[in-house]
Amino acid sequence: MEIFRLKLLHDAWLIFQKDIRQEFKTRYSLNAIFLFALVTLVAVSFSIGTFTASADIKSALLWIIIFFSAMSGLSHIFVREEEKHTADTLKLVAQPTGIFLGKFLFNLFLLFVLELIIVPLYFAVMNFEVSGVAVFISVLLLGSLGLSAGATMTAAIISKASAKGALFAVLSFPILLPVIVAGINGTKIAVKQVAFAEAGSELQMLFAYSVVVITAAILLFDFVWNE
Amino acid sequence: MLDVESKLVGYNKKSENVEIQETLMNKIWQFGLLIWLFLVSLAAFLWAPLAEGLGEYTRILYFHVPVAWVTVLAFLIGAVYSISYLKTRRIIYDQIAESAGQLGLLYCVLATVTGSIWAKVSWGSFWNWDPRETSIFILLLIYAAYFALRSAIEEEERKAVLSSVYSIFAFVSVPFFVFIVPRIYSSLHPDPLINTQTKINMDGKMLTTFLSSLFGFTVLFFWIFKRKIDLVKIKLDLRKMEN
Amino acid sequence: MKLIVEKIGKNFGEKKILRDISFELSPGKSAAIVGPNGSGKTTLVRIICGLIRPSAGKVKYIEGNKQIVTQEFYKAIGLVGPYLELYEELTARENLMFFAKMKRVSNISDKISSLMERLNLTGQEDDQVRTYSSGMCQRLKYVFALIGDPKILILDEPTSNLDSDGIDRVYDIMNEQKKNNILLIATNNQMDLQYGDFQIEVTS
Repeated sequence: MEIFRLKLLHDAWLIFQKDIRQEFKTRYSLNAIFLFALVTLVAVSFSIGTFTASADIKSALLWIIIFFSAMSGLSHIFVREEEKHTADTLKLVAQPTGIFLGKFLFNLFLLFVLELIIVPLYFAVMNFEVSGVAVFISVLLLGSLGLSAGATMTAAIISKASAKGALFAVLSFPILLPVIVAGINGTKIAVKQVAFAEAGSELQMLFAYSVVVITAAILLFDFVWNE
Repeated sequence: MLDVESKLVGYNKKSENVEIQETLMNKIWQFGLLIWLFLVSLAAFLWAPLAEGLGEYTRILYFHVPVAWVTVLAFLIGAVYSISYLKTRRIIYDQIAESAGQLGLLYCVLATVTGSIWAKVSWGSFWNWDPRETSIFILLLIYAAYFALRSAIEEEERKAVLSSVYSIFAFVSVPFFVFIVPRIYSSLHPDPLINTQTKINMDGKMLTTFLSSLFGFTVLFFWIFKRKIDLVKIKLDLRKMEN
Repeated sequence: MKLIVEKIGKNFGEKKILRDISFELSPGKSAAIVGPNGSGKTTLVRIICGLIRPSAGKVKYIEGNKQIVTQEFYKAIGLVGPYLELYEELTARENLMFFAKMKRVSNISDKISSLMERLNLTGQEDDQVRTYSSGMCQRLKYVFALIGDPKILILDEPTSNLDSDGIDRVYDIMNEQKKNNILLIATNNQMDLQYGDFQIEVTS
């Protein structure tokens, strides 16, 4: 495979495959994330009704659902390695950067699967409409990229601490807030506008955020992983 | 201000066995600072004129803005010491970063409270999600998360590494926040009054009071910070002696 | 390949676990790390494998005249220890395939079947690791450790959980490793100790 000439990417790909295989045997993260999203969606829809909320509020609620669902499952990827004492085994065969990229890919994949299911449902249940579908999808994809990059790093940090579940949201929220805010704003724009230029600065920011956070995470991950 | 900082850094490098001496110089400094801040307070209430449109509320400017500035400064210093810790693995840098964080948290709470009071009297409600209110709130969240993380880890070295990484990571993500939020909520802050980018609309007396206050609060921060660093060193020395 | 341990020390907080430990191992040599419980045998092993950082001193791996960087010596090490677990949701084969691919091993399936036979695990390749007994797990860890043909085999409590058949097989492996490569064991078992040419004593 030409694309995997780089050892690092090859490692990341192998770890990603391993995690997918592990996930589909237990379906722990997938169930947690998906059920959480479904429950919040139902709760939101039930409490505010289908037609009462404005598009602005609906845009915000969508991102809040995505964020908290992510918080319910994205940390599992590292917590599992620590709790089952496989972290050292993995350390013996892989470079930290490869491990981070593999785990990041897995979380990204998990978020995409979640969005694939929950976003159409949200549109149907909440009677939500966007004019700029392409703009919306770009915002969603870039937003997921930023979310999983930031969350993967905080997941690695909290996997080494006690009280993991509570800490994950506490640590991630301030770091991921730029993504959520830009995501909400981008979605609001997509409701009314078709042209990419309208959401240009949101998309640029989301992209820049992802690049910067992934770079910082790769530089810092070595310290977390090898303490 | 920078001078004080570089002195501090040099001081750290010199040795870990620091004997705290109440030198005359030290006392003069402390006394001077006291007088300075006293004069600033007097000037803020009696000497500086009121800004148009803000009325008596102008006065909080001389306390709120310096406190907010020190919050950001402490955050920056914390991140710098976190980087030093990861580079050198000397536990003292982590402890200093923690001290900066503690002071930052204190100033952050003060900035939030003073800002909130100002917001209530001039805009009508305690909280408006104005971009700067939001930014200071994010700093508050980061500080809270930083200390929550520290309290969740027992082992000293692990605590130091993970919290250093978190503070650097948070430091990297904050600028995006500052960029994106103003696009959503327009600012209620009296920008033209303070903003240096356009032009300073402060009158000479106001500006003098404001800058003096800014200077005074910054020195106050570094003085407390230095005290905390001394304390950290004593603690580390004591622990060494015990072993 | 040569292993040099130089003046290793490790503190946890202010508690000193290891102090000034030095030794050298070249191919054909073996050593046993001994010491009472809690003396830091496992800590030393983990430092040598690069799993944790020493507070003082260095671990060097020398190939020819060159020192090998951390990421490369992982490939040369095989480690068995009670703190190393395999992925219990996956089957033995899936585990071994993953680790072998990560170590860039060639002829993976042949190697897996011959090693599984050597540890008497043939026929269990496609069972989930969670269904393995503790003794079988220990055997499987040997397959994991040996899959990259390690130049340095490090065994922490080599015979724990094993029955007499397992112990025989493990001693067989140790004997073979000693011939051309490096063997390092951490143990308090008198029988195991005989496989070390010399002893490294760890006291706290």
